[in-house]
Amino acid sequence: MTRRQAAVRIGGPRRSVRCLFTHQAREPGGNIEKKQPYSPAGPFEVRDCALAAIATGRSAQNLKELRDELRDVDEASIYFHFWGGLLRPTFDDPSYNNDFARWSHDVLHNNALAERLSVIDPTDYADLEGLRSALIEVIEDELDESDSPPWASRENRFLFIRSRIVIFDSGIVVTDPKELPRAVSEMSQSSVFYHFIDARRRTPRGVDDFSTWLTDLDADAHLELCTELAGIDPYYGTLDETKRNVSAVLRRFLAEDAAL
Amino acid sequence: MKLLERYAPVAGEDVIGPLQQLGEHLRGRKVVHVNSTRVGGGVAEILAKLVPLKRELGIDATWEVIEGDQDFYKTTKSMHNALQGSSAFISTEQLRTYESTNERNAGALRDKLEDADFVFIHDPQPAPLLRMIPKRRGKWVWRCHIDVSRPDRHVWKYLRGFVSDYDASIFSLAAFSQELPHTQYVIPPSIDPLSDKNVPLSDDEIDETCSEFGLDRERDTIVQVSRFDRFKDPVGVIAAYRLAKKFSPGLQLVLAGGGATDDPEGEVVLEETRAAAGGDTDIHILVLPPDAHRRINALQRTANVVLQKSTREGFGLTVAEGMWKGKPVIGGDVGGIRLQIVNHHTGFLVATPEGAALRIRYLLHHPDVLENMGEKARLLVRNNFLLTRHLREYLTVMASLLHGAGDRMELF
Repeated sequence: MTRRQAAVRIGGPRRSVRCLFTHQAREPGGNIEKKQPYSPAGPFEVRDCALAAIATGRSAQNLKELRDELRDVDEASIYFHFWGGLLRPTFDDPSYNNDFARWSHDVLHNNALAERLSVIDPTDYADLEGLRSALIEVIEDELDESDSPPWASRENRFLFIRSRIVIFDSGIVVTDPKELPRAVSEMSQSSVFYHFIDARRRTPRGVDDFSTWLTDLDADAHLELCTELAGIDPYYGTLDETKRNVSAVLRRFLAEDAAL
Repeated sequence: MKLLERYAPVAGEDVIGPLQQLGEHLRGRKVVHVNSTRVGGGVAEILAKLVPLKRELGIDATWEVIEGDQDFYKTTKSMHNALQGSSAFISTEQLRTYESTNERNAGALRDKLEDADFVFIHDPQPAPLLRMIPKRRGKWVWRCHIDVSRPDRHVWKYLRGFVSDYDASIFSLAAFSQELPHTQYVIPPSIDPLSDKNVPLSDDEIDETCSEFGLDRERDTIVQVSRFDRFKDPVGVIAAYRLAKKFSPGLQLVLAGGGATDDPEGEVVLEETRAAAGGDTDIHILVLPPDAHRRINALQRTANVVLQKSTREGFGLTVAEGMWKGKPVIGGDVGGIRLQIVNHHTGFLVATPEGAALRIRYLLHHPDVLENMGEKARLLVRNNFLLTRHLREYLTVMASLLHGAGDRMELF
C-alpha cells in the first residue's frame, strides 16, 4: 500500500473533473457505461467521497403527497433518502433502512407500511427508476387500503433532499491484496461508503469495489471471500460497524500472517 | 504541529486525509467570508477557526466584518427576529440605513470582493453586498445561520430581493430552505473541540470558576448558556428550575449569556430574566464578556444537565457544546436542536417549561441514565458536529460550485 504524493497526483496537470448524471451511468439494459474506478488488472486506487445535501423545496404531509412527489422527484433524491442516511447523524442501530420507512414509522405511526418500505432492497433494482417504482407501488397499496391517510404537522413533514456526491482520490494505492485489510481498517468512513455501498449501484455486477477488484485478479481464489463480503448488510448499523465487519472478513482471508 | 493535525486525536485519525485531498482541488483559490461581528455568537466562533484551517489547506481564505452603527444593528436585529417568525416593524428609514450601511461597506471591501473566487456572506446583515459589487467574478454564496422556516413574509420578500441573485445558499436544516432560484445546500454548523470553550479543563480551573460565581460543586446544577434573547426562553428556564427544585431542593441554576455587538435587545431580555429570578440566590444570572470561553466551558462541565430551551433556534451550538462535555441536554423541540438531540438517547426534546422540569427531575434521580446519555451525547458530537465535518462540507460545496451541475462529480 502506498500513499502517493498528493501534489504529484492531484495537483498536477492531469487533474480533471467529470460530472456524471445518474441516468447516464447505465446503458440501456443495465450495463455500466463508464465509471470503473480502476482498471481490472491494475492496483486498487482508494477513493473518497463527500455528499453535499441539497434542499429540493419539495415536501409531503401525507402518503398521497409522498407518492405524488416520488413520481417527479429527482433520482438523486431517491439516492439520498436510501443511502444518504448512512452519512448523517445517527446513534443507535437504525430500525429502518431508508428515510421513507422511518417517516412512516416516526411520523405517520404506520408500522406495517414502515416494514414494507424497509424491506425494499435497493440493490434488487437495475437503476433508481426501478427503485422509485417499487416505492410508489408499496405506497399505492397502502393508499388503496386506507380511507383517510393521516396528516403530519408542518414541522414533521417529509422534506425531500437530493445529494451531489463529490468523489476524489485518497492518494492511497493498494497493489497487493494482502495490503487490503489494513487499507480498509485505515480508510475514512466515507471511503467505505464509496467502495462498499455506492459501488453497488455503480458497478456492472452491483457489488462492492473490493469484490470487483479481487474477482478480476483471481475469481476462483477469492470466491469464498467475496461471498462473505456479500453477506455483510450495510444498511443496518453505522458505517463504522460496516468498516469493522469488512475489515474482519478481509483480514481472515487475506492477511493471516500480517501484523495488524 | 500544524493546526489540522491537532484535530486528528479528537476528531479521528481518518478525517484529516480527506480534508487535505479535497483541499488540493481548491488550492490557491481566493475565498472571502463576510459577517457582521468579530466576537460573540456562533458565526464568529466558527469563522475564527474555519478560516485558518482553510488557509492551512492552501486556500487563500480571509474573513471580513462589516461595520455599522446602532441604528443598523437595531434594524438587523429586528430583521433577524422577523425572519425567525416574530412580528417586527421595520420602517422605510431603517431599510435605508440597512442599505446605505452595506453601500459603505461595499466601498471598503470592493477590491477583495471583486477579486474573490468565492464569497460567503453570512446571515442577513451583509446580504445586499452582492448587488453592490457588479464587477464580481467569483461564486457568491449566502450562508443563512438562522431559522427561517416561518419568516415574516414581508421581511423575507424584501431580503429575498437581495438573496435570489446569489449563486447558491446554505441553510442549517432542509426545513429552513426557501423558494429561491438557485441551489440550496444543507450544512449543519459545528463546534471546535480545540477552542477554549471546548478543550478539557482541570478540576482546579472548574473549581476556580465555581468559586468566582458562588456555585457549590457538591450540589446539583443545571446550566443554560445563551444570549439573553426571548427565543432562548430564559424565563421559561427559570420556571422549569422552580418546578424541578421542589424535588431537588439543592438545585442551582446558571443562566450565562454573553453579549454580541450586533444584539441591542439583550439588555431588555436580561432585565426580564432578573425580574423573573426575583431574590432566589440559587439562580445565577451571569453576563459574561465575549472572551469568557474558558469560564463558559467550566460552567458547562460543572453542570449535571445542560439546557437549551429555545422556542426558535437556527441551530443551537450550545447543545453540541454541552454534549461534547458528556452532558445530556434538554432542549426545545425546534430547529437544529432536533438534529443534535436524539430524543431519549442523548437528551430530551421538550415543548414547555413543565416538560423541561419533568426531564430534569428524571435525570437528577437516575444518575446512571444521566451518565450513559452523556457518553452517547459525546460520541454523537464526535462523529457529526465537529469543525472538521463542517470544513469538509464547505470544501464540498466549493468543489461542487466550481465544477458545475450533475449529481456525481469526480475530481481526478
